[in-house]
Amino acid sequence: MEPWYAFMIPALGKGIRALSRLARHGGSALPGKVIEACDPDFLARTLAQLPGGVVLVSGTNGKTTTTRMVASILESLGMRVFTNPTGSNFTRGVVSALLDKVDMKGAIDADIAVLELDEAYAVHFVHQVEPKYALLLNVMRDQLDRFGEIDNTAKLLGEVARHTTGTVVLNREDPRISALSREIPIGTQCAYFGLAPAMRKYFPDDDNMHYDNMHDDSMHDDKTDAHGSEEAATLAEPDQMTPEPSADVTLDGLVDHGAIFRMDGATLQTTVRLEGVYNLFNAAAALTVVGRVIRNAPSDSKASAADAHAMLKALSHVTPAFGRGEVIDFHGTPVELVLVKNPMGFRLALASFDPAGHDTMIVINDDFADGRDMSWLWDVEFTTLRQTGVAVVSGVRAWDMALRLDYDQVHVGATETNPATALEAFLAVNPSQPKRIFCTYTAMLKVRTLISHLTKVADAGL
Amino acid sequence: MAEVIDIVSLYPKDMNIYGDSGNLLTIERRLRLYGYEPTIHHYNQDDSWPDHVDMVLGGGGQDEGQRKIIRDLCKRGELLRGLAHQGVPMLMICGLYQLFGEYFQPIEGDRLPGICVLGAHTIGEKLRLIGNLVEHSQRFGSVVGYENHSGQTFLHEGTKPLGEVDAPNTGNNGSDHTEGAMNDNVIGTYMHGSLLPKNPDIADFLIAKAVELRYGSFNPQPTQKALSELKRLDTLAQHARAVAMRRPR
Repeated sequence: MEPWYAFMIPALGKGIRALSRLARHGGSALPGKVIEACDPDFLARTLAQLPGGVVLVSGTNGKTTTTRMVASILESLGMRVFTNPTGSNFTRGVVSALLDKVDMKGAIDADIAVLELDEAYAVHFVHQVEPKYALLLNVMRDQLDRFGEIDNTAKLLGEVARHTTGTVVLNREDPRISALSREIPIGTQCAYFGLAPAMRKYFPDDDNMHYDNMHDDSMHDDKTDAHGSEEAATLAEPDQMTPEPSADVTLDGLVDHGAIFRMDGATLQTTVRLEGVYNLFNAAAALTVVGRVIRNAPSDSKASAADAHAMLKALSHVTPAFGRGEVIDFHGTPVELVLVKNPMGFRLALASFDPAGHDTMIVINDDFADGRDMSWLWDVEFTTLRQTGVAVVSGVRAWDMALRLDYDQVHVGATETNPATALEAFLAVNPSQPKRIFCTYTAMLKVRTLISHLTKVADAGL
Repeated sequence: MAEVIDIVSLYPKDMNIYGDSGNLLTIERRLRLYGYEPTIHHYNQDDSWPDHVDMVLGGGGQDEGQRKIIRDLCKRGELLRGLAHQGVPMLMICGLYQLFGEYFQPIEGDRLPGICVLGAHTIGEKLRLIGNLVEHSQRFGSVVGYENHSGQTFLHEGTKPLGEVDAPNTGNNGSDHTEGAMNDNVIGTYMHGSLLPKNPDIADFLIAKAVELRYGSFNPQPTQKALSELKRLDTLAQHARAVAMRRPR
């Protein structure tokens, strides 16, 4: 319900936001927290104005980059997009971001919102605002210390699917995600993104991560218990295995600095400015949801005329989100930050970035946002780093990382828990050699701040 | 030719949540450094059982994973009980720890029968016991790890815990200050997959027992290079333990 003082909320929120910035409070949580407390309906009321509705992006891995792709592509196609800045994937982060975007009357100048939300907060969010589109990426072994079991995380995303009014876009290759098609309400559509069979070897799922299972042909058998799309379901006999549901967009191949997608029955190639095979799969996810949004765009709008070529052209201009393969220029030497949050993400990052020609540093923290449990490091195989070794290991759990690397017989140059000391040494030795830093979430924020004290780094919008 | 030690990794497909393979890696590397030849047998449902077994390692799984393996585990129950009585060292983490007891009653669904290698039973509860943990073990001193379980385990008379915990809502069941269980040379514990790397004394206990049982005595003959590698691993483990012991739950 709208409180009597609702008319003051934008001004109040903007005031708090300005003050908290002056006080160098840094994070975006405080203004959102205050506004959520005095006007719990602010979020729903403000987002309800958007003619295109809300696109909600959730899942364990790749939310930030995928959200950035969806928002950038829609913008390139002529839509006015509201999105939450990197990292503020809690509802109060969205409220804070909205405060920046609304005018003093609370009006918002956008056609559509593209929001990334953490799995738990996505549930909180959909109880306030029903999204028109939900893009559910994956459920991985991340933050088991918060959600307990992977199956619990899938249940949280099921709640998101149940509250989506337009289209739910699911990862066909993740059995826990594709099974969520059963949760989609009547009247809401279901769409998939996927991988061509030849690409599946790049993406072993968590359940098959153990090294002795990696070459198992039955790797994707689990998928057959997934509920098919409408077309697929009607084709199947009740007692037969459900055939694979068809995907709007599949990632069909990799080329140097690019990818091959299958969209609307056509095979199309594009270059990308993103690194890592997982980002190309995320691109298939982004293209799928964008395609569905465009189908629903008003026929007189610029976006409604967009075709697969226009979408791919827009994709080719998307740059990495901060800290996710972002390259910072350090006095002429490229320093690449690669966020790693869970075993699959770390494995894919190691598979995507050739260590040759780079000095490598790894920074591991165990703060709440990183997850306190360090066991996950044992699910990553580091043998690809044997050739080059790791120059410096840092962060609160540097010694855990060093121990892990030693068990994989990877040489570690130095172990220094203080990231400032470690970073300084890392940048000073071998100054012209390109650098790559793998880091957990809070470590990435820290490293980025430390580098920004030494050179100019783009504003992250936090 | 180095003497062979046969190690069974139990149900790695369904019971390997969060780093359990780290235990296998630790045993494998240390055995090699001590001058033995580890042979790893990955045993999943309906596989044939290896001819010779000197050590068994098992991990955790989700409730769903436990349901998948239960029929096969019951089929192998008598065999595993026999090996345990002979003194074959075993390490069971989390999910398999529960199923090595007498039964596991999950919060939803049917009771899962255990194979009674350890005198204990487990009841599923809403409250999850989760966080960094240090326990005090008579045999191994401080044991450092991370627990994450909603099943609460109760030890039966005659079964010793692996260690004692200080704080309420930690350990086997949150109330009796015990953690894990030990019977013969079988260890069950909720300490996660990275148990052995950070607790090399337990790794060496399992190794010594396995070698003694097979070859009569444990006489490691590490090369000079192996000795320095072992020393480095133990120093790294010491540092990692010290940090882990200071971290919040």
